[in-house]
Amino acid sequence: MFSLVRSLWEVFRHAFARRVTIQYPDEKPYLAPRYRGRIVLSRDPDGGERCVACNLCAVACPVDCISLQATEDENGRRYPEFFRINFSRCIFCGFCEEACPTYAIQLTPDFEMGEYKRKNLVYEKEDLMINGPGKYPGYNFWRVAGVAIGGKNKGEAEHETAPVDIHSLMP
Amino acid sequence: MMEYIFPLIVIAVVLGVVLNLAAGLIWVERRLLALWQDRYGPNRVGPFGLGQILADSLKLFAKEDWVPPFADKPVFIIAPAIVVATALLSFAVIPFSSGFVIADLNIGILFLLAMSSLGVYSVVLAGWASNNKYSLLGGIRASAQMLSYEVFMGLSLLGVVVIVGSFRLTDIVEAQRKMWFVIPQFLGFILFLIAGVAETRRLPFDLAEAENELIAGFHSEYSGMKFGMFFVGEYIGVTLISATISLLFFGGWLGPWLPAPLWFAAKTMFFICMFILFRAALPRPRFDQLMSWGWKVMLPLALLNLLVTGAVVLARR
Repeated sequence: MFSLVRSLWEVFRHAFARRVTIQYPDEKPYLAPRYRGRIVLSRDPDGGERCVACNLCAVACPVDCISLQATEDENGRRYPEFFRINFSRCIFCGFCEEACPTYAIQLTPDFEMGEYKRKNLVYEKEDLMINGPGKYPGYNFWRVAGVAIGGKNKGEAEHETAPVDIHSLMP
Repeated sequence: MMEYIFPLIVIAVVLGVVLNLAAGLIWVERRLLALWQDRYGPNRVGPFGLGQILADSLKLFAKEDWVPPFADKPVFIIAPAIVVATALLSFAVIPFSSGFVIADLNIGILFLLAMSSLGVYSVVLAGWASNNKYSLLGGIRASAQMLSYEVFMGLSLLGVVVIVGSFRLTDIVEAQRKMWFVIPQFLGFILFLIAGVAETRRLPFDLAEAENELIAGFHSEYSGMKFGMFFVGEYIGVTLISATISLLFFGGWLGPWLPAPLWFAAKTMFFICMFILFRAALPRPRFDQLMSWGWKVMLPLALLNLLVTGAVVLARR
């Protein structure tokens, strides 16, 4: 019986407590830098696409919301011909970001993507592309990768020694 | 001429105040619950979210008025009307200040108790007519609860009646000029408060609708304005019990400085807020706990209270 009176008092005291509600459209909530929101495709510092269309993100995606088609430019650089994310399916798990070997696909602290038509939630490559390097400034996959492309041979990348001449390895 | 017009004015004012209050209480309850749960509640529509009242009632009126095909149609339709009608009828004997009352019956308390007991027919009939097992369970629970809590509800008031020697509500209020009856009749007040919560089927005694066991109990099958009538009836009931408490135990309209009806309104509003605080704070008892509380604790206490009060009144004579 006494506990009932006590709980009445305890609840009444909450009238003077701070309210936890954030009045959203007027007052924006704090989103951590690692918040998993809208997905973007970033560019390397030179302004080229980071995505090499390896399909790892599409494979990692548990709801199969990413679809892309690989192609190559005249220099032999792979890039996606189209890159499509269906945000009406996306669960913002961030597995695509973890799977990406080139830091191309990244999740950003933004969730305000409401649409009246479901079709508008399908983002094409031009909707996903951003102009900067995102969370990884200074990283350029093609400049550190040991792959030969047009304008860069094997051994010419940063921190890379020239490949061993196999003919010099004769016993 | 004036003696015919004045009662009509009183009736119009009472109806207007009570019905608007019942609608407004939906907003009050949501805001207060939110306050005690560290939220804001409805605060978007209009100033302080007051437009929510209008929006809610418009929405209820616009809903499809659906009677399930398996229901007992006439009873199903009449059940929500009973709860509102009986609750409104009880307000006929509630004095808002001296002279401002529709019918100053000399059996005011009895009329009040009778009307609020009739209200349970609404719940039982709704549960029965819905032809749904959960509704029926809710109706049965409501009737059992009403039977056991009605008994000591009346008995808890008898202490006041014994002291005053009249069933007339204006006499009872006038008898409190020196001292509010909450002091000599504190036990009666507590008993009546608990019985009143049970009578209006409010939390923690809302076993008739118990969302987590019976979906919504007796009004599971109701929608639209029929459902709204149950809600309005419940809020009028809350207002009625609060008004009764303030009349019988807290001196009704008596008070310094402010005009009489304002005192009455303030006291009533305080108890309405208490009702909402009960809802915010207290968990619902099990049904067997409810029944054994009613019969084994509250009823003997009410009888004891009556006995002692009667003895004291006799000894003083």
